[in-house]
Amino acid sequence: MTGQHQTLALLLFSAFVAVTLGITTWVSRRRHGSAEEFYAGGRLFSPMENGFAIAGDYMSAASFLGISGLIALFGYDGLLYAVGFLVAWLVVLFLVAELVRNCGRFTLADVVAARMSERPVRIAAGTSSVTVSVLYLVAQMVGAGSLVALLLGRTGAAAQAWTVIGVGALMVVYVSLGGMRATTWIQIVKAVLLLGGTIVLTVLVLLRFHGDLDRLLRTAAERSGHGDAFLAPGLKYGGDWTSRFDFISLGLALVLGTAGLPHILSRFYTVPTARAARRSVVWSIGLIGGFYLMTFVLGFGAAAIVGPDAVRDANAAGNTAVPLLALDLGGGADSTGGTVLFAVVAAVAFATILAVVAGITLASSASVAHDLYASLRRRRGEARSEVTVARVAAVGIGVIAIGLGLLARDLNVAFLVGLAFAVAASANLPVLLYSLFWRGFTTRGAVWAVYGGLVPALGLVVLSPVVSGSPGSLFPAVDFQYFPLENPGIVSIPLGFVAGWLGTVTSDEVPDEAKHAETEVRSLTGAGAV
Amino acid sequence: MQSSNGRPGGDQGGPGGPESSAEHHEAARTPSREVGYDDPWYDALASGWGELDGTGAPAPFVSAAPEGREAAAVRTRDVYLEVQRSAAFQEVRSRYRRFVVPGVAVFFTWYVGYVITATTAPGFMARPVAGALNVAMLAGLGQFLTTFLFTWAYARHARLRRDRAALDLRWDTQELARSAQGGGS
Repeated sequence: MTGQHQTLALLLFSAFVAVTLGITTWVSRRRHGSAEEFYAGGRLFSPMENGFAIAGDYMSAASFLGISGLIALFGYDGLLYAVGFLVAWLVVLFLVAELVRNCGRFTLADVVAARMSERPVRIAAGTSSVTVSVLYLVAQMVGAGSLVALLLGRTGAAAQAWTVIGVGALMVVYVSLGGMRATTWIQIVKAVLLLGGTIVLTVLVLLRFHGDLDRLLRTAAERSGHGDAFLAPGLKYGGDWTSRFDFISLGLALVLGTAGLPHILSRFYTVPTARAARRSVVWSIGLIGGFYLMTFVLGFGAAAIVGPDAVRDANAAGNTAVPLLALDLGGGADSTGGTVLFAVVAAVAFATILAVVAGITLASSASVAHDLYASLRRRRGEARSEVTVARVAAVGIGVIAIGLGLLARDLNVAFLVGLAFAVAASANLPVLLYSLFWRGFTTRGAVWAVYGGLVPALGLVVLSPVVSGSPGSLFPAVDFQYFPLENPGIVSIPLGFVAGWLGTVTSDEVPDEAKHAETEVRSLTGAGAV
Repeated sequence: MQSSNGRPGGDQGGPGGPESSAEHHEAARTPSREVGYDDPWYDALASGWGELDGTGAPAPFVSAAPEGREAAAVRTRDVYLEVQRSAAFQEVRSRYRRFVVPGVAVFFTWYVGYVITATTAPGFMARPVAGALNVAMLAGLGQFLTTFLFTWAYARHARLRRDRAALDLRWDTQELARSAQGGGS
């Protein structure tokens, strides 16, 4: 990667930063400083705008670069990831989007606390939301650091550290100044850029093979050196039974985790009605599904055109498959076309990370200010404006994420994302579904459901080979590995549901029928929704 | 007023006694679920606690006196129970459940079955079908296709079978809640 590529990529990326900072100042020019505006953008986005913003929030660099890279290296097994990421949206559409829009105001805890004694439930749900967000955030920061270093050709630790700090600082500026309105527009711009870039590359790959997908697949299989096995599952996850269970566990976490991600839930509050929330999910399913279908073409295209060996040489995890493909499709390393396409892809990858990071920071600052601070502050204490607290929280979370991102620099990005999904599915989904659908659910059940999913999910990771006991783990020197799987989902998700049930049947609190009636009526009709 | 407060089981879920003043404070900060009803045709700019509304004064969510508010809250609770028991609401709920429960069961089973087959029976998945297409590839694309189909079917079902009835109910519920509250202040 020559200096020419870097300069152009940096120029394009600076243009994106300038445009988004412009958006931020422009939308915050007439702000009233209300919570409604800061967390929910005034609830006046159209379904199409929100659909693009959801897609922009969801399609992270892990999808764009990670999945296509996995396909380029391992063929079909990379595709399994994308299926889970997409099918998860059916859970969101069927069970969560409309009902959450009708019942809540800003956060997940709003929905649960409506039926329960407010304080313990808010603290529990706020804690788990912040945990999920920070894990997801660290994954994006680590990804940003390693990608930027790779794309710019400076693999030095200093460049990586400065990228993490820079990304963190930018996102704090976006979020604390612009709130939800600026964040949403950044997501929309990013989604359009990402989809545009993907469409161009996909068309170029298809043109190269004269639109013959069959030939594309055959060439990819031949060049991979695995033959037909490249087009079937098993190259990555087909080893012993431990790795197979690990994949089933990851699959469960992916499909159930999306509905518990705080930054996705908070997007439903930016539209005026439940009907608009439904239509925005329909938009986003179309956009995300189309995007993943194109990712398959890019992944197999990279295997066929660049070749797995060249991909692996550039980055062992395959993260640079798409940039390399772009270089080749544009006409090679020394051509103008190649330089431009490469720079565009690099800039789109940066933009993707920035936008996702901004969305998560906003959601977690809402959890801190709206749930945790509101419940934990002293009653007599001076009531500071909630939005001020949220802005400060955004800065604090940014600092924490930068710190953890620097510490966790060597962890695998896909693993961190899988872990965030597993925690979301174990701690957030059970409590959400129980409080929406179970008449007899009680406060103790809610608190147990959250901690009963959160604690095992985190505990099992600490005891897993990721942290200790194997050469690739965080502390290879010590061995306290008692749990064989890397992803805790297959154990911790059922535990979350069981703990919620157990807490409910053992509590002597009589469930409040009227409050259940209110939740049910409101969730299905929208009466009293803000 | 006392009579409406004394209905059996009326305050089982809520904190009573010494905490009830805190509860009032709470209710004043957050637009409350108990007393709150919002007219769908009236766009109020809602605010969080401690925020100023457009006029520069602390946002008043509840104007009624505390005692009247409590009675109104109890009557509002009754409104929701009443709506929940009405035939119209039960029709909307059962239409929603009749679609969603089998839908979730089908797509979840199909997805879990796909993941388990892919990890435990790679030989079956590798069986060629046509050209470079094998069973695995067809199943993966099939997941995408069924996701799109389910999305379309759900949106269509909700639009044709639920939306109108739900909007009518929303309107009726808010009318009832309004008259329940109006009587209290």
